[in-house]
Amino acid sequence: MKKSVFAAAVVASLVASNAVKAEPQAEVLHWWTSGGEAKSVAVLQKEFADNGGTWTDMPVAGGGGDAAMTALRARVLSGNAPTAVQLKGPAIAEWYEEGVLADISDVAEAQGWADVLPASIAGHMKCEGTWCAAPVNVHRIDWIWANADILKANDIAMPNTWAEFNAAADKLQAAGVIPLAHGGQAWQDATVFEAVALGLGGADFFQKAFVDLDMDTLKSDQMVEVFDQMRKLRGYVDGNFSGRDWNLATAMVMNGEAAFQIMGDWAKGEFLAAGKVPGEDFLCVSTPGDGFLYSVDSFAMFNVDGDDKQNGQKLLAELIVGKSFQKVFNLNKGSIPARTDVALDEFDSCAHTSAADMAASNSGGSLLPSYAHGMALRGAQAGAITDVVTAHFNSDMSSAEAVQMLADAVANSL
Amino acid sequence: MTEWLERHVPKMVLAPSFVAVLIFVYGFIIWTGWVSLTRSKLMPKYEIKGFIQYDRLFASPRWDTAMDNLFIFGGLFIGISLILGLFLAILLDQKIRAEGALRTIYLYPMALSMIVTGTAWKWIMNPGLGIEATVRSWGFESFTFNWITDPNMAIYAVVIAAVWQASGFVMALFLAGLRSVDEEIIKAAQVDGIPTWRIYSAIIIPSMAPIFLSAFIVLAHLAIKSFDLVIALTGGGPGYATDLPATYMYAMAFSRGDIGQAASSAMVMMGVVFTIVVPYLYSELRAKHD
Repeated sequence: MKKSVFAAAVVASLVASNAVKAEPQAEVLHWWTSGGEAKSVAVLQKEFADNGGTWTDMPVAGGGGDAAMTALRARVLSGNAPTAVQLKGPAIAEWYEEGVLADISDVAEAQGWADVLPASIAGHMKCEGTWCAAPVNVHRIDWIWANADILKANDIAMPNTWAEFNAAADKLQAAGVIPLAHGGQAWQDATVFEAVALGLGGADFFQKAFVDLDMDTLKSDQMVEVFDQMRKLRGYVDGNFSGRDWNLATAMVMNGEAAFQIMGDWAKGEFLAAGKVPGEDFLCVSTPGDGFLYSVDSFAMFNVDGDDKQNGQKLLAELIVGKSFQKVFNLNKGSIPARTDVALDEFDSCAHTSAADMAASNSGGSLLPSYAHGMALRGAQAGAITDVVTAHFNSDMSSAEAVQMLADAVANSL
Repeated sequence: MTEWLERHVPKMVLAPSFVAVLIFVYGFIIWTGWVSLTRSKLMPKYEIKGFIQYDRLFASPRWDTAMDNLFIFGGLFIGISLILGLFLAILLDQKIRAEGALRTIYLYPMALSMIVTGTAWKWIMNPGLGIEATVRSWGFESFTFNWITDPNMAIYAVVIAAVWQASGFVMALFLAGLRSVDEEIIKAAQVDGIPTWRIYSAIIIPSMAPIFLSAFIVLAHLAIKSFDLVIALTGGGPGYATDLPATYMYAMAFSRGDIGQAASSAMVMMGVVFTIVVPYLYSELRAKHD
């Protein structure tokens, strides 16, 4: 009995001393568990510890974040939310509406986030005017990757329009090369689809169709054209594409089996890991057309009790948007920093292109959120669109049918 | 006191599991039913809004595909597994040599998880790696077997893998049934000079009716809750051509933050199970009363 009283007293005093100092603490829920990603998180972990914080790691792998979101739901329902959670796009607003997100405006204002983040990206980090999330990186989605040797051997220049792309693909097909390496998974179909939609329809069309969900735009002739181009692309992939993982498609381009791949900039990591040099072995340009589709990873801060945790939150937010983390993390991850004032000397040429295009499209109003990667729409609407895109791509459905189905599916998902 | 204990101990021992089943099965069925009547999205909400989720469900072409697939997959899977299982069992019943070894070989697929089956068959049926590539490398250049990448045929590819997995188990069930038929009757029939096929079709198989029923129930619920096989084999693709109600529900609940929709699809799935299980339970209970 005496012993346990003593133990309780010790615990109590420990807790008390902790509370007095309020050492920053953070429990961080994320799904960056594979090679380069895990390395990137370790960077943040180390910086956090160097600044006197205690980091409790809560990695939940699986399902591209689905498993982590399930864990998060359980934690929030039981009233014990993690300090910070890897969340992106409209999911931040969805959680905000549940009333569980914390306000980190004081950090954001002290650090001047509004001045260093592109306006449309900053918009995702705000919940009704207050800052509630911190951006980590910017992935560009609308990239087209090409095997330089194949293009040279067939005397083909990187296409600037989709008509040029089709001409190049026809030529390659005649020469016996697979024009487009693609993996038949719904999200990959959607990735190609949104690149085509942006290229053919332009920024305005994309904004109306996939951000505002304007019915007239979804049913427009322009959308029929987009599906027509998708049907064309279906002819340029090999017969064995169903279910193929994206990195295997990248390997096809690398090995010279296929000429092009349309994929976000994480594909670059595969090329670099294989010792390929950008500009020499492989080429990276944006997909035909103007604009920039981004997918921004971020950490949302949840309501937590206790000074130690709240201090942890503030420290974390400050570090995430800090220059050094933005640089080191993105070098590991293959993306570019979300803040625009980070020196890019150590980045490769693809990242330079990406950063320059982001700045240009930001001022030109064509910096747009990716729908396929959960930046533009909520899960139900994005999923409804992807269902139609993948059903059309994997069948002989006509474009007109697809457009009608698209409008119906979106209306049904609201 | 001992009498009291004798009377009440069984109840007390059963009570915890009874309570657990009451809460975790029936309680959550009611909960799911409730949520299916709300506009729950990311998190469950409890304000009843009517049957809107069911309207949305039945308007969704993807759900139509999932239900069609359930009937195609369920019908073929149950039918072929039953026929193939019975056929194998009859062959094994011919007092052949090494029966034990053969029986084990046919039963082995059941020991694998559906994930393993799905992954293995994914490679076997992949046109670039598996059967098609092999046969073509033998010189039959025009041979095609690309069901798994053809949206119209992919669900049949799923049936192949599922039948491979389950027919050995059905065989074991039937074999036990065949062995339980009274030897004397069979001998009497043989003495009367009745041909073997007649003995099977007129005596043995009819007397195995209860085994058919149990095999059917086991296979039917395997079919309805099929999830892992589809995920491993096709991932629901190409497109969503091989989606089943279970994968649809998973996508809605866990990828899309549409809990109301997931709950309504779960309720419909339960309805399908009920239409199969209730007549079975009814016949069982009636048989006991008689």
